[in-house]
Formats: sequence, structure tokens, C-alpha cells
Amino acid sequence: MTSAPAKYAHYFADFQSLVQGPGAGAPPWLRDLRDNAWSMFSETGFPTARRGNERWKYTNVGPIAKIDFNFSTRPTDANGSRSLAASYKIEGPAVSDLVFIDGRYSPELSSPAAATDGITAASLASIFTDSAFDLESQVGRYASPDGDGFAALNTAFLHDGAYIHVGDGHSGKVLVRLSYITVDGTHPKVTHPRTLIVAGRNTDVTVVESYYGPKDSVYFTNAVTEISVGDGARVDHYRLLLEGEKAFHVGTNRVKQEKDSSFSSASFTLGTALARNDLEVLFDGTGGYCSLNGLYLTADNQHIDNLISIDHAQPNCTSRLNYKGILDGRSRAVFGGTVVVRPGAQKSDAEQTDKNLILSKFAEVDSKPSLLIYADDVKCSHGATAGHIDADTLFYLRSRGLDLDTASRMLVHAFASEIIEKVQPEPLRDYLNTIFAAAIPDKSLPIAWTG
Amino acid sequence: MTAPKVISRNSTSSELESDYKWGFTIDIDADLAPKGLNEDIVRLISAKKEEPEWLLEWRLKAFSHWLKLKQEAPTWANVKYPPIDYQDIYYYAAPKTDAPKSLDEVDPEILAAFEKLGIPLQERERLAGVAVAGVAVDAVLDSVSVATTYKETLEKQGVIFCPISEAVREHPELVRKYLGSVVPYGDNFYATLNSAVFSDGSFVYIPKGVRCPMELMTYFRINQADSGQFERTLIIAEEGSYVSYLEGCTAPARKTHQLHAAVVELVALDDSEIKYSTLQNWFPGDKDGNGGVYNFVTKRGIAHKNAKISWTQVETGSAITWKYPSVILEGDNSVGEFYSVALVNNYQQADTGTKMIHKGKNTRSTIVAKGISAGHGSSTYRGLVKILPSADGAKNFTQCDSLLVGDQCGAHTVPYIEVKNPTAQIEHEASTSKVSDDQLFYCQQRGISVEDAHFMIINGFCRGIFQELPFEFAMEASQLLKVSLEGAVG
Repeated sequence: MTSAPAKYAHYFADFQSLVQGPGAGAPPWLRDLRDNAWSMFSETGFPTARRGNERWKYTNVGPIAKIDFNFSTRPTDANGSRSLAASYKIEGPAVSDLVFIDGRYSPELSSPAAATDGITAASLASIFTDSAFDLESQVGRYASPDGDGFAALNTAFLHDGAYIHVGDGHSGKVLVRLSYITVDGTHPKVTHPRTLIVAGRNTDVTVVESYYGPKDSVYFTNAVTEISVGDGARVDHYRLLLEGEKAFHVGTNRVKQEKDSSFSSASFTLGTALARNDLEVLFDGTGGYCSLNGLYLTADNQHIDNLISIDHAQPNCTSRLNYKGILDGRSRAVFGGTVVVRPGAQKSDAEQTDKNLILSKFAEVDSKPSLLIYADDVKCSHGATAGHIDADTLFYLRSRGLDLDTASRMLVHAFASEIIEKVQPEPLRDYLNTIFAAAIPDKSLPIAWTG
Repeated sequence: MTAPKVISRNSTSSELESDYKWGFTIDIDADLAPKGLNEDIVRLISAKKEEPEWLLEWRLKAFSHWLKLKQEAPTWANVKYPPIDYQDIYYYAAPKTDAPKSLDEVDPEILAAFEKLGIPLQERERLAGVAVAGVAVDAVLDSVSVATTYKETLEKQGVIFCPISEAVREHPELVRKYLGSVVPYGDNFYATLNSAVFSDGSFVYIPKGVRCPMELMTYFRINQADSGQFERTLIIAEEGSYVSYLEGCTAPARKTHQLHAAVVELVALDDSEIKYSTLQNWFPGDKDGNGGVYNFVTKRGIAHKNAKISWTQVETGSAITWKYPSVILEGDNSVGEFYSVALVNNYQQADTGTKMIHKGKNTRSTIVAKGISAGHGSSTYRGLVKILPSADGAKNFTQCDSLLVGDQCGAHTVPYIEVKNPTAQIEHEASTSKVSDDQLFYCQQRGISVEDAHFMIINGFCRGIFQELPFEFAMEASQLLKVSLEGAVG
């Protein structure tokens, strides 16, 4: 066991009470994984350096590092969260609903699908010791704690989470809803949600991962999601960040795509004082396709940071990246997109777009869409825009008799719809449409549009 | 010093196997300060230049700041090179002859050298002052300006065009007021080094309301082995004036690397316009990446009310290019432009781009960057567009395209966009592709060889930038591109 530097003593105490208390009965591989991750974390720490820290250039995680968040594995009363978990319904035979309260699986709120051969959707804690699942070779395989303080911290505190596995060749759609809910507490809490999704050959899996929390409390969600998309498989991953207004959220998502697989991701962010969405997709086989979409609406002093990286390590892969932001108040949106085309990855086709709509004089957008190309027979492009609502369009709507307020809302909503419309499950699409429409600032836009 | 030698692009057994035809050295006596950098060298350079006390103090301040940086050069750029031994460089090298009064007095060796630089004959005659509307040239060899043409014609209009060392003596008030006002000595590692040891460079002053009657041009050449060149250029355009300035640069083909760390400062006062064009053709190193110039340059201009600064660059030389000509759009309605072609072949690396800092209202900037990578070259566009809260109605348009020739090269685009004002309109687009097979096929079908077709298509790709160059330069740029690409295709 390594000793912790003084500034992480608080986390170290929590870590020790986990590994000596409820975590003591874990299998040896998990104990090693945690110990190893803890030493990585104590070495790396939080990425608070401001100079030469390219991955965190525009986002200061000082506020997260300053607060001593409490970690606990004690069960919490879940009843207050019943309404959140049921905010929309998706029906179907292969639909599972898993709910986690303060990072622990809640059997009362969850409704897993009836057991089917080849499909597992379960709490990690319930199967850690079950060697049939071979978690040892899968957990931490894609999200390395090496050099990444947040992923290391999550791994060190690994004690529960979701495990979704669909066996090779399983036909028919599989849908899993994961809800990670933080419940109000007396002291700032931290949870480390962990999700592992393994889609076997030629399977079709949809996962909706949602994060909720109390509106006015300070807490920290440090999530890690690992996704493996097998040969010819398709995974649709939705990520809903509906945290409270004082919440901190760092999400680390690592995706590996095999040959001819297809992966789509849609990330929606509302609320959250400081949110970081770190997504890396690796094309590990030829012929892969991925479509990464994002929509965020920020207000007040919110800070949203999307860091997306697509690694075309193999030839003949296609990637599409489309992120859109709507900024109000004194909020700030950061977009860092990187497309890497490795030597030999010929016929790579990549498109990257980041569009921002700025509604307030004090909002800020920092965008860095980069391309790193090492192969010649490629088609890569990127585009970024930032601006306000087009005055001509607004004028057109007003000439049709709409008042300024309605016309502006309509245009902001239309801007957001491009991403929402791509959502496949209809109940989810409707739900997102409703909450985003409600979140559009309800006021006459403060800018003199006709400059 | 070795005998003069021309490496033509057709030479078969040249020592360096390079197609760099400007790679000859000039056989002249040079006055060299000892290798290495310390306070004495800074004092020596200042003394050689007979500089006033304030300038020496400024240099020393820069030097002590440089020491604080602990020789840690910035590492964020996408270029790789072994650490530079800053104590193994000559910081001062000058031809031994006295400063010439006119072109006739210039050492014939030097004249012959500049003649060899390969500008087509009738244009060279124009450059040398035969034609009526000429180009005034300031030739800088190693650290010292050796000749400036057309001085009298310019003086009639009140235009000052002279080596900066002369300006320090003749116009100290102007130099003192503006030197370091755009690029302060502590700006970055290389700018600090330059501020401590800068040797020469050009100084341009255009008085109020004057449209400079001819193109001004400086030709830089590194000659001495193991020497660094640290020139400093300062251009001041007074209210309502206009100037077009060009710079060209070459260096001998040597097996060791040479360091070039220049600083260029442009001050465009209200309603003025400065057009700055660069044809950078420092020695790029041989086919295996040996030798070549490390080109670490800081260029920045400040545009006041209604002023316009336009940077055009064609970067084909240097082993490493690290260069970001920038514009601070300080005044309302000011305009910044950046047009660039960067070509890398063999083992060349370029990390170049621009910064457009919008401060004033209704400021506009345009960035068009074209990168061409061939061989094992790596080119990166790195640019910043920053809209400050005060910049109401600011507009930026950025386009960066990369063309890849061959499958061993790299082309990268790293734009930074920071917007703090909602009325700003920012558009950025970039694309990367190879030369289209369809276009090649079409050309070949019409009987054009693969190689010629490539040149034609690449030339077309860069056409928009070349059009921004003054005519003589556009011709040369197109030639340069062709020579630099030789061997990369076909």
C-alpha cells in the first residue's frame, strides 16, 4: 500500500475504509486493481496544473480538488428517487431498468428484464465473485487509470456499477436503462459510477445512461464507462447529464470498436456546475462507423467541457462528430475534438462539427477541433461556428406575426432539434424534447439582434 | 570556409544530395564573436553596433529573463528535434568590410552571391534598380545589413528604410518608442533570446498619409557555419499610410543545423495598411533530414483604428518552422489577414499558423492556410481566434486545407477558438485530402505527365494565396514550390 500525499489524505481514509471494510471480501484481481489504481491516483492526482495542461486547458478542476467529498458504501433510502427513475418509460420484452442510488444498486427501484440466454444486465457487485463472467479480463481494460487522475480514482473506489453483456450473435434489440442517482446528504458526496458494456458479435444494444442528483446540493459524480463493440455489432449509447445545479460531473468514456461495428453516442447536458464529458473511440478493426453527437444548454455560471477523441487506427472507418451548444448567462462551453488518422489507416472518412449559439453577452465558447492525419488517402474535415441567432431568420418569423420571444425560442429549439431528432427510442426523444424546450431561457433575448 | 559551390537541382553527385539550389556559401572574411552566449556577448554585440545605453539595458534585461527560462524552449508545438546547445552557436557574424555607401561598393562576392539567388533576370534587374518602378532591397548577410538600395528615392517621400542598427543611431526616438511595444522581450522563449542578441534587421517608417512608392524588400541570408541569425524587423505605418514589404531568405546547405530566431513587429496606426509578404526558403536539410535551419520566429502586428495588416507567407524551407504571424485588432474596424502556404518535404516539419486577437468593435479577420505535406514531412496549422468581450460585431473566417502527397507524411490542424462576445460571428472550416485521382486522371488523359499534373494541381491549390503576393514574388513562389516538391511525386 502506498502512502498518500497529505492533500489526498481524506480520499485515502475513505479508500482504506473501503478496502478494509466492505471491499475486503473482493476477489484478488479486484483488490489488486484498486490498489494499483490508488497508487496511480496518488501519483497523478487531479489535473489542476494550469500550464502545459492541454487536456484541461480551458477547464479548471481546482474547485473539485478543493472539496473533501465523502465516499460511503452505506445504503441510502431510495424511495425519494422513485419519481426520477420513472420520468419516462420505454416498453419492450428485452428492456432492463437498473437504478443506482449513491453508487449502489437498488433492487427495489430496478426492474431487470426476464432472464434470457446470452443477455446479462446486472449490478457489478452481485457478480464480482462469479468467475463465469470473467470480469477480471474486462474491467479496466479500456479505461486505463494510468495518467488519468479521475479514471484512477474511480477504479480505486470500484465497488458497484452496471455490467451489460450481450453474447455473440444474439438477435433482437436489447435495451438497458441505467439511472445513477445521488441523494441529498449532509456532507458533499462523491460517487464513482462504473459501467461496462460488452456487445458481442452482430448484436444490437441500446444503453441509456442517466445521471440525476439533488438540485441545490454540492456533490461530485466521477463516472467511468467502458464499451466494447464486437464484430458487426451495433451499440447506441445515450448519456443524459441531468445533475443538480451545484454538481460536479466528470465522465470518462472509452469505446473500442471491432471490425464492421457501428457505435453511436448522444450526450445531453443540462444543469451541472462543472461537467466534463471525456469520450474516446478507438477503431480497432476495419470498416467501423461511429456517430458522436452532443447537445448542451448552459446558463448561470455553468461550465461544460466536451473532450472527444476518435482514433482511426485501422483503414476504411468512418466517423461523424456533431456537437451543439446553447449558452446563456455567464456560462462557458469548451469543446475539444481530435480526430487521429494513424499511418496506414487509408480510406478514413471523418467529419467534425462544433456549433455554438451564444445567447448572452457574458457567455464564452472555447473550441478546439483538431485533425491529426498520418495517411494520405483520407477525407477529413472539420468546422466550427459560434454566433447568435441569425437576424434575417428572426425577421422573417416576425414578419409572419410571431413575437420576438416566440420567434427566438422557436429558433433556439430548432437549433437543438437536429441532435434530439437523431434519438431512436421514441419515449426518450419526446422526453428530451420536453426538457430541452423547458430549459430554453424564458426571457426576451438580451441582445440587439439587428446590430 | 569552403569554396563557393552551387548545388543545382540537376546535380547528381552533390555532397549533400539535396535539390536546394541556394545552398552555396560565400567566400568572404567574416568577423566572428566567440561561440556561446553570456552577458559579455550581449555587451559585445551592443558595442559593435555602437548602441546607446538604453538599448544595452533592454538587451540585458531580456538576457537575464532568458536565463530565468532555464533554456527550456516551448514544447507544445508538433515538432521534434534534439535539444539545442545554445552555447555552441556564434551569436554574431558579420562580413569584414566596412559598411558600403552604395551598391557599387558592396563586396563583389556578396553581389555575386545575391545574384545567384536565382530570381529571373529581368526581375533581378528591376530589383537592382534598372526599371523605373523598382523594389528597394535591404540585403542582410548573417547578422549584418550589407546593402540597401533606393534610399534616396524613398527619402524624398520621407520614408525611412534602413538597417535597424542604423535606425537606432539616426532615429533613436522612433526605435525607442516602438521597439518591444508589440512583442515585449518576455513574450516567449525565442523572442527573449532575440531581444538579447538581435543583430540586425530592417526598419521601416512611413510618414503620415504617405503611400510608399515602391515595394520594400529585405533579403536575409545565413552564411557563416554554426551561426545563429537573430534579426529584428520593425515597421511603423503612420496614420493613413501604406506599405508593402517583402522578405526572402536562404541559407547554405550545411550538415549541421542552424538557428534562426527572428522577431518582426508591425505597428499600423489609424487608417494605415501594412502588407507583409514572406518567401521563406531557408535550407530545409537533405533527403535524410540532416542539416537545415531551425526557424523559430515571432511575428506580430498591432492594428489601430481602421487599419489593416495582412500577412502572406510561403514557407517552403527550414528543417523546422515554428511561426505564428499574428494581428492584435486593437482599434475599431481594423482588419487582419493571414494567407499562408506551408510546404514540407523529406523530413521537414512545420508548425505554423496565426493568432487573431479581436479587441475593437467590428473588427474582421480572414485566415486562409494551405498545407502541403510530402515525403516524411509533417505540417501543422495551429491558430487562435480570440474574440474579447469588447469586440462587438467581430467577424472571423478561417479556412485551412491540407494536401497530402504520399503516405508517409502528416498533416494536422489544431485551431483554437475563444469567443467571449455573442455578437461575434466565427466560421472555421478545414479539410484534408490527397490529390484527387480524378483530376490526375483527367490531366494524364490530356497527355500531361503525372509529375506535371501534380504540380499543376498543387499550384492550383495554392493559387488563392499566390494571388495575394506581389507579382514578382508570385512567380518565384510558384517556382519554389515546384523545386521543393521535386522527387516527391511521379
